[in-house]
Amino acid sequence: MKARVTVTLKTGVLDPQGKAIEGALASLGFDGVSGVRQGKIFDIELAGADEATTRSAIEAMCEKLLANTVIETYHIDAVA
Amino acid sequence: MKTSIIVFPGSNRDRDLGRAFRRTNGDEPAYVWHDESELPAGTDVVALPGGFSYGDYLRCGAIAARSPVMRAVAAHAKRGGFVIGICNGFQILCESGLLPGVLMRNERLKFLCRTVTLKVENAETPFTRGYGAGALLRMPLAHGEGNYQADARTLTKLEKNGQVVFRYVDEAGAASDSANINGAARSIAGIVNDKGNVLGMMPHPENAIEPLQGSSDGAGLFRSLALTLEKVA
Repeated sequence: MKARVTVTLKTGVLDPQGKAIEGALASLGFDGVSGVRQGKIFDIELAGADEATTRSAIEAMCEKLLANTVIETYHIDAVA
Repeated sequence: MKTSIIVFPGSNRDRDLGRAFRRTNGDEPAYVWHDESELPAGTDVVALPGGFSYGDYLRCGAIAARSPVMRAVAAHAKRGGFVIGICNGFQILCESGLLPGVLMRNERLKFLCRTVTLKVENAETPFTRGYGAGALLRMPLAHGEGNYQADARTLTKLEKNGQVVFRYVDEAGAASDSANINGAARSIAGIVNDKGNVLGMMPHPENAIEPLQGSSDGAGLFRSLALTLEKVA
């Protein structure tokens, strides 16, 4: 199974990097950008065909390492 | 006093830290590699040095926090053993859950390397008993991600329990937005866990132990630990 994990900051957590990107977009002349939040994507290839089992394994990976759940949330998508 | 300094790939203040223990207490710390599964027998203090463990990959301290030796460090902390994490060491303690909260990118995004003034907010911890309450200390810091954040409930609890040990202040000892160099919540520079035996701080006391370094104010921290251990023993 291939999965794509997206990790983003929780709502309300200050994202100075996102703010800097937002400022850079404005200085390039992109008007109307009212917010930018930066995140991370992990593409994971995992042996095993049973989607429920692999999904719960990836959830455990997110909880234990890929995301810091104090400030981040994660989303798992199966990719083919 | 028996100190174990943990060395991760990318640690770079481990020698400074060893020297600080040696110069202040005559202590000869052991260096422990990150893939060890046990601490040297009789370890009183575990010290996690500054640096860029694992190149700050994923998140600062995230990979180091999951290395084999950290299970032994967690067990040491659970037994009431003393743990101190400085700079990257503080990040590792937060990532491993031994301290609450998280260290985020500095508010104004810049890597900061300068000497700051800290106020000792709690002089009754094992790490600060050698200082007077409210003492002002000068010591250097050097980090890109030292902006301490936690949810409102955690911050209230830290304040109420006296777990906020050091705060960034101006030269007169007042906390202000301009003195809060990295944007940390409540100007927090260092905290202890609820049991008071685990300390994390961003500034570098190990680089302020003799006049040649511009300040000797950090020496009190290492002396405090020696004082504490004398009393325990």
